[in-house]
Amino acid sequence: MKNIVRKSTALTLGLALVLGASACGRGEAAAEGGKATLAVSTLNNPFFVDLRDGAQAEATELGIDLSVVDAQNDSASQANQLATAATDGTEGIIINAVDTETAEAGLAPIVSAELPIVAVDRSVGATKVASFVASDNVAGGEQAAKALAESLGGKGKIIILEGVPGASATNERGEGFTKGLKEFGDIKVVSSQTANFDRAEALDVVTNLMQSNPDATGVLAMNDEMALGAIQALGAKAGKDVKVVGFDGTEDGFKAVEAGTLVATIAQNPAELGKQSVQILAKAMKDEAVEEVVQVAVDTVNTDNVADYVTK
Amino acid sequence: MSSVATTPKKGFDFKAFLANNGALVGLVVLCLAMFIATPRFLTGPNLMNIGIQVSTIAVMAFGMTFVIVAAGIDLSVGSIAAISAMTSSYWVTTAGLPDGLSIVVGLAIGGLCGWVTGAMSAYGKLPTFIASLAMLTIVRGLTLVISDGRPIATGDSVSWLGGDLGFMPVPILILIVSGLIAAFVLNRTIIGKNAFAVGGNTEAARLSGIPVKRVLVTVFVISGIFAALSGMILAGRLDSAQPTLASGYELDAIAAVVIGGASLSGGVGRISGTLIGALVLAVIRNGLNLLSVSAFWQQVVIGLVIAIAVGFDVLRRKNVRH
Repeated sequence: MKNIVRKSTALTLGLALVLGASACGRGEAAAEGGKATLAVSTLNNPFFVDLRDGAQAEATELGIDLSVVDAQNDSASQANQLATAATDGTEGIIINAVDTETAEAGLAPIVSAELPIVAVDRSVGATKVASFVASDNVAGGEQAAKALAESLGGKGKIIILEGVPGASATNERGEGFTKGLKEFGDIKVVSSQTANFDRAEALDVVTNLMQSNPDATGVLAMNDEMALGAIQALGAKAGKDVKVVGFDGTEDGFKAVEAGTLVATIAQNPAELGKQSVQILAKAMKDEAVEEVVQVAVDTVNTDNVADYVTK
Repeated sequence: MSSVATTPKKGFDFKAFLANNGALVGLVVLCLAMFIATPRFLTGPNLMNIGIQVSTIAVMAFGMTFVIVAAGIDLSVGSIAAISAMTSSYWVTTAGLPDGLSIVVGLAIGGLCGWVTGAMSAYGKLPTFIASLAMLTIVRGLTLVISDGRPIATGDSVSWLGGDLGFMPVPILILIVSGLIAAFVLNRTIIGKNAFAVGGNTEAARLSGIPVKRVLVTVFVISGIFAALSGMILAGRLDSAQPTLASGYELDAIAAVVIGGASLSGGVGRISGTLIGALVLAVIRNGLNLLSVSAFWQQVVIGLVIAIAVGFDVLRRKNVRH
């Protein structure tokens, strides 16, 4: 019997090794706009593929030779890639960190080489960067609130589904909701409860809230997962008697918009994130002043424009 | 204090009833409080909702009761719920294999995961806390690997688990049937008797010829199967298996078992108590939603209720010890 345990332990360890393995990188020839490196967390996610495409297109436009390295979500590979970049003639770095905490150590060689750093989408801990380019959650929250208020004709009782208490996305999106709803005096928030960004939890919370507030006609969720849980709880009422708006622009979210159960979702714009980070880096490489924080606009996706997003 | 409690009484012994049913009394008090606080609480549809909402935690906690009775702890149940829901959905939706087998596949995966945890602690000599903690992250990781981090739509069978049978929601039916099965196995079969013996006194059980290691593995397999069932109910209600499904549910399941009067040092536990414990948690969550209590305070209230419920139970037991 002991043998079996030993074997299963070995099997588990073996599996872990297989999963943790492999990394790749590549380099390119020099160009007139200078040489820069984009270190992406993973290209195994359409969001970051779009981000890379946006960055690459802008780099070509500005005559920058941009080499892209993919860390495949492994912070150790990203650290290696950054160390390589520090010595291969790169004049500036755009980093989309695998993880905020470990990025600091990985960026140490870049910092000591005194190259300008632009962080995109994720912050990089205490490392000093030229600029941090990210989606504007507050503006997105405002847009979401407006989309819901407009679909309700500017009046009615609504329920807000909050994210994980204390998370930055929860606070920023919540701030946006409040701003957006300010214009609509006839919209009343009858309840604001957390479902921790979780679909299953939102299903229960919305079922409960519809008991205490049977006359609610709108649900404003801080992410698509919770919006989809709300739709599940509402059943046939979703999209008809009760309007739901989400946030994030996930694949399932777009499908729900197409099906008419979700009024709108707020989609981040990864290509724009990539484009703007290249523009900022180009300035920083010429020692021009850049904004410390750049917030990229987000798009409201509803039945009118959802087709553009689904095909992507 | 004990002089009052030990006074022999004729007929109905109210003190003894309180001592043996502390959680039930707590549940009744809680329901009364909710009823007074909001008229929305005691309505047919709301009670039906509570029944559906309690089903996932209760089914998971039924399995957990076996492990706790045997003086173990199983932290991996939330992850097992997720991997079972994910594999059964992957089986149908991604791999296109026959839908009729998907529930069996999910249950088998749950049992297999439980077997690994049990074997690690029985034969690998890991404390159950550590073995199941390891499984918690391993299994959650494997769930992410299988799903590639995305939700997978459930097949028809699993979706049925979250649907209705006539006027009756299927999760409530499963709750009743699985509760009866769990109570039968725990109280009327050799599996349950051995679990009590091992949890009560491992050394005495070993000396009286009970196969302690096999008992330990068995309770984890049972816990894994119940966790799998619970995960599939949850996925069925959502029509999709989420990679983050049921994360953190292990703590609710443990809380339900303990509120229900089981002892974490083993040898004590009842399925009916566990059901009441799960109901206490579900009623609090439901009530706090109905009353629109802020998210920050909800966590404080739930923690307090767990502490008070278990605290009262301990006190009552002390007072009425014969």
